[in-house]
Amino acid sequence: MSGRLEVMKTYKLYINGAFPRTESGRSYEITSNKGEFLANACLASRKDLRDAVVAARAAQPGWAKATAFNRGQIMYRIAEMLEGRSDQFAQEISLQTGASAKESLQEVSDSVDLLVWYAGWSDKLPSLAGSTNPVSGPFYNFTVPEALGVVGAIAPIDKPLLGFVATVAPILVSGNTAVALASSTAPLSAISFAEVVATSDLPNGVLNILSGQQSELAPWFASHMDIDGLDISGLPIDQHGAIKEAGVENLKRISAFTKTTEPGRILAFMEAKTVWHPIGN
Amino acid sequence: MSFYGLVDGSDSSLRNYLKQLPGVDQVGAEARAAMLATRSIKTTSKAWAIDTAISMVDLTTLEGADTPGKVQALCSKAFRPDPTDLTVPHVGAVCVYNDMVGIARQHLDSIGALQLPVAAVSTAFPSGRASMAVKLQDTEDAIVAGAAEIDMVIDRGAFLSGRLIEVFEEIVAIREVCGDRAHLKVILETGELVTLDNVRKASYLAMLAGADFIKTSTGKVAPAATAPVVLVMLEAVRDFYDLTKVRIGVKPAGGIRTTKDAIKQLVLVNETAGPEWLNPSLFRIGASALLNDLLMQRMKMSDGYYASPNYVTID
Repeated sequence: MSGRLEVMKTYKLYINGAFPRTESGRSYEITSNKGEFLANACLASRKDLRDAVVAARAAQPGWAKATAFNRGQIMYRIAEMLEGRSDQFAQEISLQTGASAKESLQEVSDSVDLLVWYAGWSDKLPSLAGSTNPVSGPFYNFTVPEALGVVGAIAPIDKPLLGFVATVAPILVSGNTAVALASSTAPLSAISFAEVVATSDLPNGVLNILSGQQSELAPWFASHMDIDGLDISGLPIDQHGAIKEAGVENLKRISAFTKTTEPGRILAFMEAKTVWHPIGN
Repeated sequence: MSFYGLVDGSDSSLRNYLKQLPGVDQVGAEARAAMLATRSIKTTSKAWAIDTAISMVDLTTLEGADTPGKVQALCSKAFRPDPTDLTVPHVGAVCVYNDMVGIARQHLDSIGALQLPVAAVSTAFPSGRASMAVKLQDTEDAIVAGAAEIDMVIDRGAFLSGRLIEVFEEIVAIREVCGDRAHLKVILETGELVTLDNVRKASYLAMLAGADFIKTSTGKVAPAATAPVVLVMLEAVRDFYDLTKVRIGVKPAGGIRTTKDAIKQLVLVNETAGPEWLNPSLFRIGASALLNDLLMQRMKMSDGYYASPNYVTID
């Protein structure tokens, strides 16, 4: 015994590039799959969600205006940072889910690969989802996909890192900003992922991460008038109906996915802009 | 002029009066303001506070780029802050530059907002650096064009170099121009007065000279309406009422952008000057962006979900 006191990490929220505690002052215990205490996490309230949306809204025009190349580079940078901390993330996943060391390391590598996969899409989206349309008249007519705005994300409960990355990466790559709710039972990986994001040149407010209870926050995600889209892949299927109903007021785009590598995950949170351009002589 | 019987209008009496004012305990003022800022106002009280704050807003545009169209749009918004909800009260006043007063007044009359006053910034706003003749004419012009409230700036240079009587006489002269045609708000520009002692002195100086309102700032200088400054000014009007039985209004301006900020101001008013001041005739908030945030908070309270800036106008 060295007698040294271990310095424990305080897991906090990630809003606007900073790591604040929840305004509510609440926390909840995160335990391993065997029930041992691991850490206290912030139990975010709807006011933390509100603050995160304000940050995401403010950051959105700047992020969407960055070139596709630049957005791709930053996503790739996130992958680089994550790769370098593989062991730490693998260990954290094992502690939370009880997965074997090998399985956890595989989840981290899959997450890195997925980030790189989505990063590559940034400058290919207009070719994939855009078109030149034949119209009767002296016009060029183009349709180009553009970012939707602020998108909420409710990450899956299992696969604390891979599930989280698969939810936020496709939202961010097109120029949306995101407010993401980490896995309620295993949020530590997502909060540690915030440390990776914070050192990856992602502008403040582009990705905001909350930890808390789905049942408490999901309805507020759905009804918030300043959230334009919502990924509910992490919610149990029997709750999808109620959430979609709550999101009707501002015609929120609400989607859920099962596959991780899926261009549809990007396109679900984009909208088409059609431009008519007169043909000169 | 009697100046409430407290001074006789001479340099020496003014000096002696201001000199006997007690100094401000700066640490204490900051601590008290910070303590009051922690009050939490919820549900029905919050709904009341939001509507009260809306009715106290002096909706302001003071930009070099102001156009008649922008001023007219501002006036329409002042009268009907939320066109989809007629239960929202109109704001306290519209505050514009001198040359826009006529346009604002005309537009307000044309939409039936006859009771909504136009306030004009005056006396070479925001610096106050012009000759007395210009300042008097500036004020006269605004009143003739239809301003019912004059927001004048004091000469901070004269105040800081100790020529208090100059500042005093200037306010008295503008007060005479206003007569009973217009309310007079005196802008102290507290961000340039350096100390809270000076804020207290300038507040009394303005009140003695005949101000109906004392206002913190032009909005062009930071810091503007900080809580300790507003606290000291509210104490000044409270103590002045005890001396004279006359209630002088207070108008913080600049830097109040969110509903939370506005409600903190209302708490300060209630706890310092008293509930009599929770009234648009005695307390105003000079702001532009604040109104949208108040409206969004009001929507949140009535609809039960968070509002979006997409549903309020762009100023």
